[in-house]
Amino acid sequence: MNASSNNSSGNQPQKSTKESAMVHSVRLGLGVLVVLVVYAYGFQVTQVSLKEINETRRQESFLRILRALAHPDILEYEREEFPVEVPFYMPCPQGGEPQTQPDTSGPYMIVTPACAEARSEITVEGFNFEPNASGPINFVPPSGVNLQLGNLQTDSEGHFTSTVTLPRRQPVAEAQTIRAITRRNVGMPHFTRTATDTWAKIIETVFLALLATTFGVFLSIPISFLAARNLMKDVTSPMAGVALTVLAWPIGIFIGLQAARLASLASQSLNQNALFGVAGLVVSPVAGWALARWALPQVELQPPTRSMRVFRLIALLGAALLGVLGLFLLSFYARQVGLALEEPLKAFGFLGTFVANLGEIVNALLTLLVALVSGAMLGSLGGRMGTWVTGHTPKTAVLGVNFILGASSGAVLMVALGAVVEWLYELGNPLYTMWGPAIAGALIGLVVVFRNRQKDSLPVGMTIYYVTRTILNTLRSIEAFIMAIIFVALLSTGPFAGVMALSLHTVAALAKLYSEQVESIMPGPLEAIRATGATRLQTIVYAVIPQIVPPYISFTMYRWDINVRMSTIIGFVGGGGIGFLLQQNINLLNYRAASVQMLAITVVVAVMDFISSQLRERVV
Amino acid sequence: MLQIINLTKIYDGGVLALDKVSFEVPKGQFTAVIGLSGSGKSTLLRCINRLIDPTSGQILWDGTDITAASQDELRRIRRKIGMVFQHFNLVHRSSVITNVLGGRLGYVNPAWSLVNRFPKKDIEKAMQQMARVGIADKANYRADELSGGQQQRVGIARAMMQDPEIILADEPVASLDPVLAHSIMQYLEQINKEDGVTVLCSLHFLDLVHRYADRVVALNEGRLVFDGLPTEIDDIKFKEIYGQEAERVG
Repeated sequence: MNASSNNSSGNQPQKSTKESAMVHSVRLGLGVLVVLVVYAYGFQVTQVSLKEINETRRQESFLRILRALAHPDILEYEREEFPVEVPFYMPCPQGGEPQTQPDTSGPYMIVTPACAEARSEITVEGFNFEPNASGPINFVPPSGVNLQLGNLQTDSEGHFTSTVTLPRRQPVAEAQTIRAITRRNVGMPHFTRTATDTWAKIIETVFLALLATTFGVFLSIPISFLAARNLMKDVTSPMAGVALTVLAWPIGIFIGLQAARLASLASQSLNQNALFGVAGLVVSPVAGWALARWALPQVELQPPTRSMRVFRLIALLGAALLGVLGLFLLSFYARQVGLALEEPLKAFGFLGTFVANLGEIVNALLTLLVALVSGAMLGSLGGRMGTWVTGHTPKTAVLGVNFILGASSGAVLMVALGAVVEWLYELGNPLYTMWGPAIAGALIGLVVVFRNRQKDSLPVGMTIYYVTRTILNTLRSIEAFIMAIIFVALLSTGPFAGVMALSLHTVAALAKLYSEQVESIMPGPLEAIRATGATRLQTIVYAVIPQIVPPYISFTMYRWDINVRMSTIIGFVGGGGIGFLLQQNINLLNYRAASVQMLAITVVVAVMDFISSQLRERVV
Repeated sequence: MLQIINLTKIYDGGVLALDKVSFEVPKGQFTAVIGLSGSGKSTLLRCINRLIDPTSGQILWDGTDITAASQDELRRIRRKIGMVFQHFNLVHRSSVITNVLGGRLGYVNPAWSLVNRFPKKDIEKAMQQMARVGIADKANYRADELSGGQQQRVGIARAMMQDPEIILADEPVASLDPVLAHSIMQYLEQINKEDGVTVLCSLHFLDLVHRYADRVVALNEGRLVFDGLPTEIDDIKFKEIYGQEAERVG
């Protein structure tokens, strides 16, 4: 087109413009056609049709549900009943129709005919009733049961006429009764059972969301640092460091498990005697603290000597063991004290239960935590050793060492993976789950070492970054609803399963949001703090955290909001909260009750929205 | 004494930022680094404390090779090198005193500093340093509540907390107006003259160079094009440093 505009012939550019205009409109037409086809198919797949709407049956049931929803079952009155009775013969007695003179001073009824066969139609007419009242018309046989024949609805003068069919009963000689009942509201309205149940469940829902958010936040903060590119891209380590880290982790975990078991045993034997137990509870943290103070001097101008370092390391390990022992003791006494307090605290007994539960949780998590920390510590020690070895051996020797270390660490990783496969699929064949992976891992390790033989260091940080991101993205794509199904299987139905499901989803979602905030912080303070000789952890505490506090708070509030909304439906799969009631009432077609729960959800979500926006404005 | 030998930095994209730069800075000297934007001044300063890892070459500081230092050694080296930045690089939401105490992070034990515990001596020292640059009354203000000149004084106080033997100043006054520029330069001069701290300072304005520097090194496209006294920069030298189209102002 551009070339043709330079053409000397005057017709040419016009023609080409025309052509392009045609091509353009054809393209547009085709585009519109494609869009039409896409939507037509969409209509077919989603079964868009107005046929059902026009059916009266649909309209009626729709109207019924809508009206029920518009009458939430929140308040009710105590009701007073006014029965009016008239004798009735079924079948007619021998002497013909009995004549009764009704008392016309109060409300009375006239039944025509005054006697009849079973299953025949009669007309009931009432006078002087409560105006504009309603109620049932019952047939009362000698046994005294109420058989409802129909309903009455009086007009403004207290008069009604109703044609009803008599029930199918054995003939009885004496008079039976037709009883009409009108009801009147008395006293003040009060909350229905539905309303109080809904209140209890909505409180449960709000706290479910609170706990899930809290648990989620605690986990997602450290994870968000691992998923932040700007923090992780500088983390590199030579091959030997990586390999030794991989090798050291399982050893560390093993040592940690043994240490935790030792501490647990020690605390149990101390607890045999209350005096020793309490003494241990006091002494172990104090001694641990003192050891830590000694081993970690506040300021150090000269690098410490090697023997000093060893002493300090021993002291720190001792302090850590004492700390773990203290925590075990603490968890034991928390359980004891908590359970003992449950009774005397009466209405506040839940506080005692809370303390006991905390003790239980600490006890359960401590072993795991010690194992992980010990694994991490030995892993980082391995990394340092690897770096040191790489720096202090000639290059050719390093390659040899790397091959050995790479092969063994690859084997260890793959054997761990094989163990997971064995656990999930129960293959029962060590060739597939142990020896095979070990050989494959060793080969992969060799290949990795060979391919990176020219490089001084490997981008460990970025690897962790990508792995973390992948896991987070996968977890995030699983709805909390589905996670709840799994946790219900593990923890049985109830709000705790919901808390765990929502927590897991919160971790995945928040860690990503948080990490993006970390990535967008100003790099200036970071480099300034690094330039002072701060360690990586110090840099995070002094340069990263102050910058991310406002967005973290803001995202946490936002997430709480989401969690409240999610927790309203998580009960559908047994995860506790108000969803349980809602689903039950919908299944029972009890729409007036369901309406109460919907109303409660709306109110809570709106209130939470308001509060969180207010708080966000104030804090950020 | 700081010796820079054949220092070369090639960035990942292939940009040659420093090209075999060699010079020496004797102890106690106030050296200015000049050159156009992008001539490699910032890269040079950041290579010295290894905020940027040089591609090749050596940096010897009193005989220690900074480029070969391990992480632990680097930490000990960095804490003796104060740094002042063009954009101050304060942590905005932290208080002024926390920012100043940040200068001690290389000295204090990481475990204690993580829970924000600093020795009493350090806190007293921080108060002294803030008083020295005239911001003692701002200790508990948030850093971003201060004006630009005050923020740069916080930056200087932070660098002084390190008991530095050398201060790297990367365009310390480029974001400030000329009047404030002089007050900041005077603090640096005072630190240089009174405390005997070596100062390596990149600057834009030649009048500041004439006024404060003992010596000038000039970079152009990563190469060292001048090394001498400020008074030696005549019109010919000027054009060599800043290019043929440049004109002298001020």
